[in-house]
Amino acid sequence: MGEFDFSVWGPSLPFIRDGLLFTLRLTLVAMTGGIVIGTLLALARLSPIAPLSRVAGAYVDLMRSIPLVLVILWFFLIIPFLTGSPVGAETSAIITFTAFEAAFYCEIMRSGIQSVPRGQLNAAQALGLGRAQTMVHVILPQAMRNMLPVLLTQTIVLFQDTSLVYAIGAKDMLKAADVVGKNYNRPVEMIVLSALIYFAICFGLSLAVKQLQKRVAIIR
Amino acid sequence: MIEIRNVSKWYGQTQVLANASTHVAKGEVVVVCGPSGSGKSTLIKCVNGLEPFTEGTITVDGVSVGDPKTDLPRLRARVGMVFQHFELFPHMSVEQNLALAQVKVLGRSKEEALARGAVLLDRVGLRDHATKFPGQLSGGQQQRVAIARALAMDPICLLFDEPTSALDPEMIGEVLDVMVELAQEGMTMMCVTHEMGFARKVARRVVFMDHGEIVEDAPTGAFFDAPASERAKTFLSRILRH
Repeated sequence: MGEFDFSVWGPSLPFIRDGLLFTLRLTLVAMTGGIVIGTLLALARLSPIAPLSRVAGAYVDLMRSIPLVLVILWFFLIIPFLTGSPVGAETSAIITFTAFEAAFYCEIMRSGIQSVPRGQLNAAQALGLGRAQTMVHVILPQAMRNMLPVLLTQTIVLFQDTSLVYAIGAKDMLKAADVVGKNYNRPVEMIVLSALIYFAICFGLSLAVKQLQKRVAIIR
Repeated sequence: MIEIRNVSKWYGQTQVLANASTHVAKGEVVVVCGPSGSGKSTLIKCVNGLEPFTEGTITVDGVSVGDPKTDLPRLRARVGMVFQHFELFPHMSVEQNLALAQVKVLGRSKEEALARGAVLLDRVGLRDHATKFPGQLSGGQQQRVAIARALAMDPICLLFDEPTSALDPEMIGEVLDVMVELAQEGMTMMCVTHEMGFARKVARRVVFMDHGEIVEDAPTGAFFDAPASERAKTFLSRILRH
């Protein structure tokens, strides 16, 4: 049985940093895109126009019924098949995560929108605000605030899930740790390092969520 | 100003408004009362098109509410409404509540809207509360903000849907005072309320509803002194007893 040798952490840092930057970029883009597209999907699902609502519903059901790792793989393989040229693991991962997370953010935003009392809608309408204005200025800001804890929990899950891009060989933090671990023959030490980094970031985010919640919560 | 002619409304099989007709002339205050479930809130929500109706016509300042060609947001911008549960926007400060529709609907500048809001806040006695949030105010204060918010749009008339029903008794007075003042200044008002003291003081007419029907539509004095129908008599004896 060998002994731990954490001296590998030092030389690994530049690689870990590059991997982490990709992981963070992927998380940020998928979160922003996912919330924007998810909100549009939620509006579509709640729309009185039946076909629109059904298409959005079908999309959400589909995405939620397939394991993420399969979606990642499938998308990575089908794009070159359809377009004739590969898009690269990183771009593929960004598109896949945005599309996948949108389905989850959609359901969060949908319950957020439904959590706003009907009287608020009436009050906005009674002031002469149009549909879009009512949504943008009255309903969505309240929906976002009501759902903030869940939105951010989903984002933390998303951050952790980005490690699944190993399936298509994208160079995220876990991949970087894996490569360094293999090169130095210190895989366990490198896994410990990446676990620590994941933990530090996720735990930090959780604390930040609590602070943010205090700041933007609706006073009742 | 407000003309309601033969308005009926069904929810599926249930009829909630039955051939209701009444009117509110310019500068007039009309109080609508009746037992709960009598359709009075539904009727007042039909006036600015928050509730659709099945039959009949409603016109406000000559504009037909039920006409699909009517630009409802534009009409609503001219008709103020105050709700039972205030419905201030909880994520905005009081002054933002007052400014939002002025800016977004009337196209006023932010400064202009805030200035107009400040005048109205002062008027309802809440000048010092402009930067507070609705959740930091009492019910009575919130309802006065809601009235100021409606007034900020310079409405041609005001609709009140049970404005004091959700208030603790000690806060009813401060809201009614504002309403009485508005009435005395000649604001056209249609008020769903059980505040019979308010009705006696400022209403030109009282409309009594039961089961979706307008049972009586009488000058205030006549309604209180000699209600024509048994149903109105019973109703009055119940709510005036205490």
